[in-house]
Amino acid sequence: MNLAMPSVFDLTQPLQLTAALTPDLVLIIGAMILVVAAAWRPDSAARQRVVGWASIVVTLLAMAAVIYFLIEGYGAGPGPIAVDNYRWMVDIVILLGTLLTLMLAIDDNDRELITAPEMHVLVLLASSGMMLLAAARDLMIVFLGIELMSISVYALAGINRRSIRSAEGALKYFLLGAFSTAFLLYGIALVYGATGATNLEVIGQRAMANGAGGPLFVIGIAMLLIGFGFKVATVPFHMWAPDVYDGSPSPITAYMAATVKAAAFAAFLRAWLEAFPSAFNAWHPAVVGLAIATMVLGNAIGLRQQNIKRMLAYSSIGHAGYLLVALAAGTSQGASALIFYLLIYTLATFGCFAVVSSLTRTGAGTVRLEELAGLWNVRPWTAFGMAVLMLALLGFPIFGGAGFFAKWYVIQAALQSDTPQTLLVVVLVLTTVVSAGYYLYVIRVMFMRPRLEGLALPVRSGGLTRFVLVATVLLLLILGIVPDYVVRLTSAGRPQLRSPARAAPYAVGGGFAQPQPMLRR
Amino acid sequence: MLAEALFFSAVLFTIGVVGVLTRRNAIIVFMCVELMLNAVNLSFVAFSQVYGVAGQVFVFFVMTVAAAEAAVGLAIIIALFRHRQTVNLQNINLLKG
Repeated sequence: MNLAMPSVFDLTQPLQLTAALTPDLVLIIGAMILVVAAAWRPDSAARQRVVGWASIVVTLLAMAAVIYFLIEGYGAGPGPIAVDNYRWMVDIVILLGTLLTLMLAIDDNDRELITAPEMHVLVLLASSGMMLLAAARDLMIVFLGIELMSISVYALAGINRRSIRSAEGALKYFLLGAFSTAFLLYGIALVYGATGATNLEVIGQRAMANGAGGPLFVIGIAMLLIGFGFKVATVPFHMWAPDVYDGSPSPITAYMAATVKAAAFAAFLRAWLEAFPSAFNAWHPAVVGLAIATMVLGNAIGLRQQNIKRMLAYSSIGHAGYLLVALAAGTSQGASALIFYLLIYTLATFGCFAVVSSLTRTGAGTVRLEELAGLWNVRPWTAFGMAVLMLALLGFPIFGGAGFFAKWYVIQAALQSDTPQTLLVVVLVLTTVVSAGYYLYVIRVMFMRPRLEGLALPVRSGGLTRFVLVATVLLLLILGIVPDYVVRLTSAGRPQLRSPARAAPYAVGGGFAQPQPMLRR
Repeated sequence: MLAEALFFSAVLFTIGVVGVLTRRNAIIVFMCVELMLNAVNLSFVAFSQVYGVAGQVFVFFVMTVAAAEAAVGLAIIIALFRHRQTVNLQNINLLKG
């Protein structure tokens, strides 16, 4: 057995395939050990905290493995998984989200009297599925990753068994999630029928050889688009999102809004750019339509929400629209803009939900906007942090930290694409202005309204929740002043793609798989 | 043979979609989803006659995952039933707006 790792993995060799999956395996094996540890003794609050901390350690180990692979700059030949910087950057976003979820969940469980230690293990399992999604270069792996992620998250949505709202949200999420999976699968079956392959690269080559690909191929892509559209909550496939986000415990809502979305978008983009560039003219109008509908309706309905979790749900639908703009650009520049946006969006979302979690009264499940009134007078630092996070989600320069740069790079990618997406950029800017209506409203309520009569002071939140809030706000502000280093990292994660508009002959190995030791230098 | 199999798979899938959209009992909705998954399996088996064994491997994955999904799904339905004593989706309307 050759233990020395080659710099380019040959994925037809089982051992080398396993080696290429090391970071994923760290997380999966850790989760398997912890599921036994969680079931070993009766549930208790102490046990929940211990398993939570152990899960944080496992996540950090997986993060270390990912960073090692990123620095070493491994590559891989053709095969079912990708070994490239795009995968590692997405993994970092996913694991960062996992870490923040676990931290929030330990405190939130204590407050909501949830004593189930398996909650943390389910988060780890869902994250394993997401890492598979980030790696997938084969529709079979895409399917397995999505299902591992979704089934774990269905259970997480209903983890608070005392709450009827939690159970109702879980049922809605489960039924619509399973429904969308069936569409995704039918799409995979039709694409398989049209090209005879499930490997993304092979599909791309064969579709290119047959010209645009027949009706079977195009209907297959449409079905896949519906499936992914449900998973990332784009209008008109968004109706589950506000209900599910409202019903779930706050840390899990943040996890669904940021991390699940990041993983689904990563696989979405890779499938689209690697397998379907030849059908660009078929899918591009559909993606543009989805993006416009999502940006407009998500932000417009967000305006009239009084429940902060529902407001953030519609805001997250709006952000899915902005991310679709990066995807519609259809270039590798769009891919690196997408990763940077996902990173900033993850930080901002978890910060917001740290605030929501710290202000929620036990058993209430959510926070009404009017409960935020006068927060500046009683919890000035929380109010200040929330203001920064709102401005970050809005994309305000300086005070909103890196939120501005995230939108900036998406706009840049859309305009510098071979077919400039001017219409999408105009809609993006206009809907951002609309979204100011509810982001700035939150700030106004916090700073300029008197506190409601007779409303008790919010309880002092746990240390981990405060840490998440401080860390996300500081990171956003720092990245807003010096984004260079992270931007360089995400563009190292830029997959080397042919751009679809000038795609002529398909060079084998010219896709994601090329080794890119960019960081080594 | 391929054309017939694909036609019936499309019919089965459509029946499943219509069922999900029109039925109001959570269990029946879930059964319609299973119907859709089996329509997909039918397509995979039909295509694998042309392209080889990969489609049939996929069918096994789909069946395994569907079983796991059923386990979690039925648990969620039971959890809700304990709160409401009904699985009728029309009565499940706490979250809205």
